[in-house]
Amino acid sequence: MGNYVKVLVFGVITLGAMIAANFARDLAYQVNALVIMAAAFGMFIYTLRNTDEPVPAHKLEAEYMDGVIRYGVIATVIWGLVGFAAGTFIAFQLAFPNLNFDWLNGVGNFGRLRPLHTSAVIFAFGGNALIATSFYVVQRTSAARLWGGNLAWFVFWGYQLFIVLAATGYMFGATQSKEYAEPEWLADWLLTVVWLAYLAVFLGTVIRRNQPHIYVANWFYMGFIVTVAMLHVFNNLSVPVSLFGSKSVQVFSGVQDAMTQWWYGHNAVGFFLTAGFLGMMYYFIPKQAERPVFSYKLSIIHFWALIFIYIWAGPHHLHYTALPDWAATLGMVFSIVLWMPSWGGMINGLMTLSGAWDKLRTDPILRMLVISVGFYGMSTFEGPMMSIRIVNSLSHYTDWTIGHVHSGALGWNGMITFGALYFLVPRLWNRQALYSLNAVSWHFWLATIGIVLYAASMWVSGIMEGLMWREVDANGFLVNSFADTVSAKFPMYVVRGLGGVLYLAGALIMTWNLYMTVKRVPMAARVTATAQPAE
Amino acid sequence: MSKKPVKKEVPTTGHSWDGIEEYDNPMPRWWLWTFYACIVFAIGYSIAYPAWPMINRATPGLLGYSTRQDGEAALIAAAQANDVINTKLAETELADISKDPELVTYATNAGAAVFRTWCAQCHGSGAAGVQANGYPNLLDDDWLWGGAIDDIHTTISHGIRNTMDDDARYSEMPAFGDILEQEQIAQVTNFVMSLSGDADSPDMIADGAIVFEENCAACHAEDGTGDRAQGAPNLTDAVWLYGDGYDHIFAQISKARNGVMPNWNTRLSEPEIRAVSIYVHSLGGGE
Repeated sequence: MGNYVKVLVFGVITLGAMIAANFARDLAYQVNALVIMAAAFGMFIYTLRNTDEPVPAHKLEAEYMDGVIRYGVIATVIWGLVGFAAGTFIAFQLAFPNLNFDWLNGVGNFGRLRPLHTSAVIFAFGGNALIATSFYVVQRTSAARLWGGNLAWFVFWGYQLFIVLAATGYMFGATQSKEYAEPEWLADWLLTVVWLAYLAVFLGTVIRRNQPHIYVANWFYMGFIVTVAMLHVFNNLSVPVSLFGSKSVQVFSGVQDAMTQWWYGHNAVGFFLTAGFLGMMYYFIPKQAERPVFSYKLSIIHFWALIFIYIWAGPHHLHYTALPDWAATLGMVFSIVLWMPSWGGMINGLMTLSGAWDKLRTDPILRMLVISVGFYGMSTFEGPMMSIRIVNSLSHYTDWTIGHVHSGALGWNGMITFGALYFLVPRLWNRQALYSLNAVSWHFWLATIGIVLYAASMWVSGIMEGLMWREVDANGFLVNSFADTVSAKFPMYVVRGLGGVLYLAGALIMTWNLYMTVKRVPMAARVTATAQPAE
Repeated sequence: MSKKPVKKEVPTTGHSWDGIEEYDNPMPRWWLWTFYACIVFAIGYSIAYPAWPMINRATPGLLGYSTRQDGEAALIAAAQANDVINTKLAETELADISKDPELVTYATNAGAAVFRTWCAQCHGSGAAGVQANGYPNLLDDDWLWGGAIDDIHTTISHGIRNTMDDDARYSEMPAFGDILEQEQIAQVTNFVMSLSGDADSPDMIADGAIVFEENCAACHAEDGTGDRAQGAPNLTDAVWLYGDGYDHIFAQISKARNGVMPNWNTRLSEPEIRAVSIYVHSLGGGE
């Protein structure tokens, strides 16, 4: 019965998208409509073929729902490769502008690929990693199957559809011109629905847990999901110009728009890339180290402090702009107060290893998880420092910011995700072990050296250009033209690109290693993944 | 290996999630005290600086800090520091500035800074222009509108072919593609090439000379040396604004591009315009 409704809905969506594609006012919208049409038609056929087929009589409720996590792991790896490759390519486009080929113009020039890169790594790679690990962690630590049946599958596929709509939108010219919130209204609406479904699945699972308490990782995941929903909705308040066009008009304007954007932008870092990934950290580090978490007290205090303080730090992105001084001051002082709450996560991660430090010698996966916490600590010190007005007057608009973001993104988000993937794949596919621990070591060193090259070159380049911009002679006249500062950065741009190559190479090794794990490593003795509460 | 004596075992909180337990350790003291110190700093800073929004306005802070006021003060201070010499620069006859070493040193210095900020975008930070794109090279002695200091000053003040300044230098080369036959354009292209080098098809030069005399000589002069009063380029010096070679010259004759330069008299002060005029004049081609 349900399938008949589904077939009808998918059919209507297919037809609607077809009509929308026909009336499209711009190329990006047309491509988006065609993508939706193809996806809905695929679902239409799929549902039709399964209608009135016998349903396998499994007692599903007793088992963890791992299929969607397996898909999530695969999506994480693929989007990661796409995002890293795009990043490496645009790094070289900056060093060698001739790589903005004429035949790529309007699709693959730097301006089009840059948001593709940032969204691919943050939302496609990071987002899939968060969704997949949160589904894994919440089931294990709640000893309950995911709530909502196939809703989890809707979250997964809906999210992939959002990524494809956003990416094709960027390439064909649909953008709101808001950093990290570039997708236009069509993709935004879809993401809102998918995200609420995600929230429902996660909360539903937590509510029906077979544990007296909610594990700390799940607090962080919940903080992340709830806050991102709020951020997304408010920063994307806009009115479409036409139902058949991608363009929309923002509700806010001027400095209010800028403030909303950076309230969103900073908390995309705070809740997407920090709180969510701390959820990962709180599960995978104690599991891999096989040690208890260092301090429950610290985790509860730093969780609430982080959640409360992060949300106010956004104005530090707008120092020395039209934003009133008082707002900038508040942004700055909240950023400084944020330092220790951020470090609480690092301390809890690192100190969990006390008594197990020797494992770092033998376990490259643990090494990966630990260095990610190290990079996390470094970035969360650098961030508050850069938010100080006087430091910001030097660092703002320079490559220092880019370096800061990447020591966090490559070091913290990337490395902890790699560690989690190495942990998950043998368990999800029921293999005895990883195919090669040596390859993990190679990945670790390639990625680490890549990050060091990236961060060091961007520090040098950023501080250099900041100093060059402000350099005046005895009469008070500027010494350098802007073009002089650009040409001075060339060697650092090449080094940064090479760092990207190393990081990408490491990810390729990981992909091969994970593939071989599934393909070649023998099955582990069958342990049914049952939802049994631990005693 | 020396092992530290094991401290008293800290108890866990008693829960276990998927095998994960939690120690009941206290928060590290250094962490807690640094956290407090940051909070104290934040409170102190927000008292000293504009911070807390009230009903009508935010607290101004005890230090009277304001980015706008500070920025304005810095600009005024910079202007005052050079006030005397700027006044002198604006009041001295343009032609006489070169006789005052102090003025020359200052103007070259200031002019270079103005150039890097406002002119380098088109003319390049080394002032070599962008050949073939219509941004003239300012290092050579080939001038479209004159290379004397007064000419340069007028060009910078009023600009070229802009719609903002009635005194802007103005001239317009017609699109001869609408006037002449393709064959005639080919002929005159060859003739123009022959003025400074080798033509593509030497047999067309003679016919081209006739076309040139009838259509081009009025502005570019009978001998092709151009006319600065109209900004008509010298065609005999092998310096090309829109690219050399048959195709580029043919294209320019068929559908002329007429470059535009903004007037700077509304954006730069008179001393700044004079300074950058002297800087450009000093680059090598000044007359």
